[in-house]
Amino acid sequence: MQELLSGQNLACERDDRLLFSKLDFKLHCGEVLQIAGPNGSGKTSLLRILAGLLPDFDGTLFFQGKPVQSDSDHFRENLLFIGHQPGIKLNLTPEENLRWYQSLYHPADTDQIYQALAQVKLTGFEDVPCYTLSAGQHRRVALARLFLHAAPLWILDEPFTAIDQGGVKEIEQLIADHAQQGGSVILTTHHNLSLPVELNVIQLGQSHQSETEQA
Amino acid sequence: MMNDATPRLAQKKQHIIRREEGMQVSSWHAFTGTLKRDLLLVFRRRSDVVNPLLFFSIAVTLFPLGISPEPDFLAQIAAGVLWVSALLATLLSLDSLFQQDMADGSLEQLVISPHPLAVMVLAKVLVHWLVTGLPLTLLAPMLAVMMFLPEEGYSTLFLTLLLGTPTLSLVGAIGAALTVGLRRTGVLMTLLILPLYIPVLIFGTGAVVSAVNGMAVAGHLAIMGAMLMTALVMAPLAAGAALRISLNG
Repeated sequence: MQELLSGQNLACERDDRLLFSKLDFKLHCGEVLQIAGPNGSGKTSLLRILAGLLPDFDGTLFFQGKPVQSDSDHFRENLLFIGHQPGIKLNLTPEENLRWYQSLYHPADTDQIYQALAQVKLTGFEDVPCYTLSAGQHRRVALARLFLHAAPLWILDEPFTAIDQGGVKEIEQLIADHAQQGGSVILTTHHNLSLPVELNVIQLGQSHQSETEQA
Repeated sequence: MMNDATPRLAQKKQHIIRREEGMQVSSWHAFTGTLKRDLLLVFRRRSDVVNPLLFFSIAVTLFPLGISPEPDFLAQIAAGVLWVSALLATLLSLDSLFQQDMADGSLEQLVISPHPLAVMVLAKVLVHWLVTGLPLTLLAPMLAVMMFLPEEGYSTLFLTLLLGTPTLSLVGAIGAALTVGLRRTGVLMTLLILPLYIPVLIFGTGAVVSAVNGMAVAGHLAIMGAMLMTALVMAPLAAGAALRISLNG
């Protein structure tokens, strides 16, 4: 399998506290990687480093074998990041929110957006302002981007927050499908994942020596 | 229409990691997309547009009441009062430039989008000017009537504001970007930005005063144009860099 993203000797210090150091990992196409650890162990910081939002770290990141900095536009075209905040404008409708996101990548037509919203069970809510929707529905709007944007690398920070049980199963299925199609997913969650594909885990916060283990 | 996810995922797979296939993202689409979204957001919250205009009108109105309603006296201070009030109105409206985007997480999506951040900042600043600077410029001649500005000054007042307010929006974006990550910005942004506003103010009022006194204004206008061009090139880059720093915090 082709290597998609890898990190060498990563270390991050926040507010004089060492979150992790000497962290190495390799993510191949078709793999799912879970970042696990207790609250405050640096999961979100690591995800933000991997997404390129936190330039303040030691070590090197490689995308497809080349350092990320050497062609960061190429890396960002191939990345779909959904952060802790769903990034939804409350005064816009789900359709308008997604239209903006797609304008940043590949502009989508109304049909595609409606289909993506149908996939996340938001049929009938396409044109109501997002402030009338619940927190779980906000996250579903954000997750609808997974259906619209053909990026091979997904980085998802707590994608199951505020999502109901049925929704969690669907997203797990979506992640598994993406991996089976050759994409890769990095995610954090406190939920017990049940995926039909192999799950790699990076455990943070136990000691400074973080290890990669197969779960 | 397809109802299950699989066919589309299969389609997806085909252009995975292949940039050469003509699926390259366009910064122009991203620019217009962001422009449209921000204009739509403003349209949904129209009261935000009215606030700077209301402040501008009230501030200008208070001078005749507070100092003197004497036409000769007001004519002398008209240019300065109008320019200072427009500047403060712009300054007050800048706080919110990136704040909402920061709070809801769409700012980080902008930063990791595969486009130059300066282009995205430019779209946001353009919207800010369209809903703040431009209405202020259009409103100013009406308030100038109240301030007894001599009629020779009108066109110059309009032109200086037309050149000056975009400069204010652009330079202000740097301050807004630097302070967006802070819990309480308070007067920090004003302190950072105000020194950079002073040249615009000096040449703006200077031009109007010259026009009223029958002197040439081309030099003033040329310098204001140069300041606008410099800000247009430099400010989005600086604001983009500042946003990255703010997100890092």
